[in-house]
Amino acid sequence: MSDPAFVYVIYIRTTPQKLWDALTDPEMRPKFWFGRRSESDWKTGSKHTLWAPDGSIDFQGEVLESDPPRKLTYTFETASPTTNVTYLLEPVEDSVRLTVTHDGFPDDSQQRKGVSNGWPAIMSALKSLLETGDPTPQVMP
Amino acid sequence: METDAVFRALADPSRRALLDRLFARNGQTLMELCDGLAMSRQAVSKHLGILEEATLVTAVKRGREKLHYLNPVPIAEIADRWIGKFERARVKDLVAFKTQLESPEGDTE
Repeated sequence: MSDPAFVYVIYIRTTPQKLWDALTDPEMRPKFWFGRRSESDWKTGSKHTLWAPDGSIDFQGEVLESDPPRKLTYTFETASPTTNVTYLLEPVEDSVRLTVTHDGFPDDSQQRKGVSNGWPAIMSALKSLLETGDPTPQVMP
Repeated sequence: METDAVFRALADPSRRALLDRLFARNGQTLMELCDGLAMSRQAVSKHLGILEEATLVTAVKRGREKLHYLNPVPIAEIADRWIGKFERARVKDLVAFKTQLESPEGDTE
C-alpha cells in the first residue's frame, strides 16, 4: 500500500460502540457528513453507497475490512483511481481516539485536495454530535 | 482540556514552521523535516513531540522510519467553536480577499 495521503486524529468522549454506530447508521451519517445518507450492511466484501441530498449517488465502494467496533476500511470507487479510507477506533481513558487514514491518491490530484478540505469538518461535527447531541453546522468547502 | 495544549503548541514560531512544511508536503520523516532548517535534530524532534501531544501532528511507522502528518482537526474544532454557520462564507471571502491583495499578483488586475 502507498503511504497515506492523510492521517487525521480526533479524541471523542464516547465509547467505541457508539462511535461505530454513528459511522454506520444511515440516519446518523447526514448529521456529520454534509447531509449525505449512507447505505450498507458494513460487512467485509459488501458494497456501500453514499447518497447526496438531491438523491444522486455521491460515491460508492466496497467494504474491505469490517471489525466492529475497532476498524473499518472501505474504498471510494467513484473517482479514479480508487482510494481507501480506514477508520481506527481505540479506547483511551474515557474517550475514543479515532484515526482516519486516506490513501491511494496520485500526487497532487484534485480529489486529494477536495477530500483533505472535507475531513476536518466531518470529524469536528462527528465529535460534537456524539458529545453534545448536536452536530456543528457544515458548509461544503 | 487538550485545547490548552493546542494553543501552547501553536504559540511557537518554530513549531508553526514545521506545520507549514507538513502542509506543503505531508508525510515527512524527521530527517526530511530537519533538512534546510537552522535547528538541531534534537530540537526538531522535541518540537514534533509537543505537536504530537497536541494532536496537531500524527506519526505513522514505516519500517524503521516514522512519517509525520499534519492533523488539522484541532484547528477545525477551534474554527467551529467561534465561527458560526452563517458567518463562515463571509469570513472565507474576507480571508480570500486579503490573500489576493497581499499576493504579488494581487495588484495586476
